[in-house]
Amino acid sequence: MINRISRWVDDRLGAASFTRHALNKVFPDHWSFMLGEVALYSFVVLLLTGVFLTFFFDPSLAKTTYEGSYEAMKGVEMSEAFRSTLELSFDVRAGLVMRQAHHWAAIVFIAALVIHLLRVFFTGAFRRPRELNWIVGVTLFILAFFNGFTGYSLPDDLLSGTGLRIAYSIALSVPLVGTWLAFLIFGGEFPAHEIIPRLFVTHVMIVPGLILGLLGVHLAIIWRQKHTDFPGPGRTESNVVGSKLWPTYAVNSLGLFFAVFAVLIAMGGLLQINPVWLYGPFHPDQVPSPAQPDWWLGWTEGALRIIPPWEIRAFGYEIPNPFFAGVLLPGITFGLLYLWPFLEARVTKDRATHHLLDRARDRPVRTALGVTTLTFYVVLQVAASNDLIAHELGVSVAAVTRVFQVLVIVLPPVFGYLTYRLMKGLQVSRAERFATVPAEAVLHPKRYAAASDGHGDGETGEEREERESEQAPAG
Amino acid sequence: MKTATERDGTGAIVAALVVATLSAIAVTVVYAFGGQPQLEGALLGLALGGVALALILFARRLLPHGHFVQVRDEHPEAAAERAGVASAFQAGAEPIERRSLLAKMFGVSVAALGLAALFPIRSLGTRPGRTLAHTEWKRGTRVVTPDGETVRLEDVEVDTVLTVFPEDHPDAADSQTLLIRVPPNVDMPGPAGWTVGGVVAFSKICTHAGCPVGLYQASTQELFCPCHQSTFSVPEGAKPTFGPATRRLPQLPIGVDAEGFVVALGDFEEPVGPGYWGRPSD
Repeated sequence: MINRISRWVDDRLGAASFTRHALNKVFPDHWSFMLGEVALYSFVVLLLTGVFLTFFFDPSLAKTTYEGSYEAMKGVEMSEAFRSTLELSFDVRAGLVMRQAHHWAAIVFIAALVIHLLRVFFTGAFRRPRELNWIVGVTLFILAFFNGFTGYSLPDDLLSGTGLRIAYSIALSVPLVGTWLAFLIFGGEFPAHEIIPRLFVTHVMIVPGLILGLLGVHLAIIWRQKHTDFPGPGRTESNVVGSKLWPTYAVNSLGLFFAVFAVLIAMGGLLQINPVWLYGPFHPDQVPSPAQPDWWLGWTEGALRIIPPWEIRAFGYEIPNPFFAGVLLPGITFGLLYLWPFLEARVTKDRATHHLLDRARDRPVRTALGVTTLTFYVVLQVAASNDLIAHELGVSVAAVTRVFQVLVIVLPPVFGYLTYRLMKGLQVSRAERFATVPAEAVLHPKRYAAASDGHGDGETGEEREERESEQAPAG
Repeated sequence: MKTATERDGTGAIVAALVVATLSAIAVTVVYAFGGQPQLEGALLGLALGGVALALILFARRLLPHGHFVQVRDEHPEAAAERAGVASAFQAGAEPIERRSLLAKMFGVSVAALGLAALFPIRSLGTRPGRTLAHTEWKRGTRVVTPDGETVRLEDVEVDTVLTVFPEDHPDAADSQTLLIRVPPNVDMPGPAGWTVGGVVAFSKICTHAGCPVGLYQASTQELFCPCHQSTFSVPEGAKPTFGPATRRLPQLPIGVDAEGFVVALGDFEEPVGPGYWGRPSD
């Protein structure tokens, strides 16, 4: 059967050689290499649940009166966007599970992207020849943010409408072109009626299309360059050691897809997220309190909150305050991310090709800089909840804000320095450990193991034989 | 002949697949009986999770693992290939370079086309013009609550704020205004004649990022924006006293008409809401 299919396809496409190589392709086994896969599969779940949602959601700001089954909103005037979101949540069977799974999938998608990015950063996987894929990855990261925001803003609820109001003010703050930018995006002065339909097209078509295309590029480059691997016995700069695509890697990865799907759907059913019916429809003169955005926007929100009242006014023109936290900070953040592989290569003068990854301890400066930067964003992230913290501690918001203004300056270098010391310490302890191993064990491991048989690690001869035969290269 | 480990592996895989199948059937039953979000999520999660567990156990226990070695291809390509790319390109470019005027004209026409392609973008929005510099308030416009009720001075109670809109534009988001009764022992803020009967009016739009300044602390007469915690002192003319806001909330001059309803005496004298590049200076 498989022979006949293979012959049929090969007669027409000549794909046999490629397919045979693909099936035998070797992927290294390390748990941290599945972080990108978790992101990929979250995106697949986003597509599946998202398509379902588009069949019911109506991206219109036309006014209507709610007549659905949610008692608390009966007779309330609202937009079609908000009404259809309520309908999805209360009157479409399995609608709430799909809606919440979609939202959780977005949250997990961006979380997986962040952790994947940190893995790539701290292990130096971005070095030559992978700078191109780093750039594609950072672009995917930005697109994920953008699509998160456009999707989150669609229901026209009070919380997301407030977020849009802030986004409008941030667009307005751009020097020179800000007013035109805000008016062209929103269609006019806030709250213009074009924004929700525009966000919808952007959210379900334009950005997912870009993400799909770039994902293809990202994976094709990985395929072409082969995956990096951690240094270890038998692993060199010129080989890949691991499992074959078929069957082990494929079955394992399919299992991971189902696992991600399972967790996200279960969360969608069991854990409430974005209960827009509690926020109510958007009114431009109302505001929820307290108001926190989705987690992945926390760092900009925190920056908007703790920044001092700065603005620049000169020659009759103004750079208003939201520019710094809303435009400059993300600009520097993503700009530095894009440039990092090139900046590092310039400083270290290391322009060689690397397929073996760094251990964080062996690159203490990079690790320390990474932790410094990460600490900065984590402090901002926590600062986005300054009102909640003040409420919990029973102190004034002003006091909490002042503490964060200090912490965001002080903590990053402190944590960076501690990390540097820690990495240096790890290097020393590793060197000491090696020094206690007899030279014989390193030079002639088999003879050493045979000599110490029975009183070594408690392994029987039979077990060791089995293990060694497994390790024999078979690809 | 199966070894003991293989048999153990299969047992767990069979169990996972049985759970998955039963859960999937249960989902359809729940759905058929009208659906229930928590059950749907839990059962679908179990069904998918069972399949996931079975696949992962299968891969872990029954499939060949690790220690296959593959040689990495040499990138970049051989130097000869690269030289070939350059010469192939140059050979093809030669007839184009010989007619450099045509090539330049082609460049100019494409650039012109690019410029023309910008015009559809212009259709996306209205011209900002002076839209941001004024609101719908005019001399004599009555104030109304969000429910459309006109307001008399006694409707503005002590220790509360009242959100109002222009009577003829009750949906004008940029015109939202707060009426605040200032306690008798506090001096009236703002220019003389802009307040009436102990009531003062400020724009409700935060000058930082545009959120409605929705919270009022009566004990200190402070307005508080829940978005980024900018705080404005009413007795000091809504001057920002804390947070990222840099400017005071613009004040709306108000009075009372012949029938005793609160009216605006004109528009705000400065743009309301957050700053922008061309904002006229104070």
